[in-house]
Amino acid sequence: MSESDDTGRTAAPTRIRARGVDVFYGDKQALFGVDLDLAANEVTALIGPSGCGKSTFLRCLNRMNDTIGICRVSGSITLDDRDIYGRDIDVVQLRARVGMVFQKPNPFPKSIYDNVAYGPRIHGLARKGRALDDVVERSLRRAGLFDEVRDRLHRPGTELSGGQQQRLCIARAIAISPEVILMDEPCSALDPIATAKVEELIDELRQHYTIAIVTHNMQQAARVSQFTAFFHLGELVEFQETERIFTNPRERRTQDYITGRFG
Amino acid sequence: MAAEHTVKAYDEELDRMNNAVLEMGGLVERQLAASIASLVRRDGDLASRVIIDDRRVDTLEAEIDQLAMRILALRQPVAVDLRTIAASLKVASDLERMGDYAANVAKRTIAIDEIDPIRLTHAISRMAGTVQGMIKEVLDAFRDRDVERAMAVWRRDEDVDESYNSLFRELLTYMMEDPRRITPCAHLLFVAKNIERIGDHATNIAEIVNYAVTGTPVGEERPKGDVTPYHSAKDETGTPRP
Repeated sequence: MSESDDTGRTAAPTRIRARGVDVFYGDKQALFGVDLDLAANEVTALIGPSGCGKSTFLRCLNRMNDTIGICRVSGSITLDDRDIYGRDIDVVQLRARVGMVFQKPNPFPKSIYDNVAYGPRIHGLARKGRALDDVVERSLRRAGLFDEVRDRLHRPGTELSGGQQQRLCIARAIAISPEVILMDEPCSALDPIATAKVEELIDELRQHYTIAIVTHNMQQAARVSQFTAFFHLGELVEFQETERIFTNPRERRTQDYITGRFG
Repeated sequence: MAAEHTVKAYDEELDRMNNAVLEMGGLVERQLAASIASLVRRDGDLASRVIIDDRRVDTLEAEIDQLAMRILALRQPVAVDLRTIAASLKVASDLERMGDYAANVAKRTIAIDEIDPIRLTHAISRMAGTVQGMIKEVLDAFRDRDVERAMAVWRRDEDVDESYNSLFRELLTYMMEDPRRITPCAHLLFVAKNIERIGDHATNIAEIVNYAVTGTPVGEERPKGDVTPYHSAKDETGTPRP
């Protein structure tokens, strides 16, 4: 994408590169030859109607589809030029580098502190004491949650509001220093204020991470992303700078979808 | 035009805004025609009516602004819809200015009427005819989202500029021949300039249509025919420059 960029902005290096990605669920093909690059420190939004393959694609990027028995992925996906489906890849390590935030906040039934400390502990980044406290505080700060929870770090994470829980999940994801964060409709269960906080957070996180976000909310895609990919019926129809997509998309199908003229 | 929106009311709102722009355009077209008729026929009553009717042009502009703001606030338009709304706002503002110029022509008519009548309204009415044609064409291009037609109007503005230049020279000659003609000729010069400006706004609208449809601005530079600032009275009389 970056080479065909005619807007004159400096193209960021590609962090994840997908080429010719096909996905099958049993006999049914869900994705058809998707080529897409995630640029470093940019937010890429994946949009499209239900069943278009955007979440399927997102889940390929940290091999979440491996957990579905009948799912088969072909083509190539590289993270910093290494094939993530290669034999030498440790999936657990991969998912540490490519973190994920889900649609519904899913904190562990543990304290706020332990939710965030969980990853660093099992990955051996920090086991206890001061070092671990630092990781937890830094992650909560980056997730914009620390000031709201500093007095109750040892209360259960499930006591927080929905928006706070989602930011806790983001703090948990960034505690293990990933390079890429995948978000699957992270605000669909949140109210507008909580949504705005998460969107603001996404914009801040961009400094440190490469982000891909699946969203049904096109205005959200417009607000938070620098690049937008439009999927339809398992195909990547158009992939462009977000500003371009929302002012002058190249493809008719993109225009019909984003202007609300679909089907 | 694109297919219909899933939400019908959205299409109705866009249609209403579109129709208001076309109505306003039609009114401005008639205002210009009436102002020129009042000048040619020395019809002070008609001129007064043009001046009064300019308020209707302003009212329509306000209406278009409101419709556009409403859609922007309630529908969060994107892509072609967004470009259409931005275009409507800009076209309405150009039309409002064109209406003002037509009213100015009518005001000059009343002023000239009180002075000794002169015979020079023919060249002006011919020039106004060209500009009226441009308004009609560019409004049709707006209605049909027809870039070709819009760009044809855009190129025609050169003719208007040329008419204005020759009128300028002609009026200058009259004024030099007989100083008593200076006042009416000066008024006519303003009338001609007003008409020429209306033509410029028609080309603005052509550019807006192009952007609304293609999403990209007009690339080439418009040919410029107005060179009057560089003419001196001496050139007209054939006296050699110092």
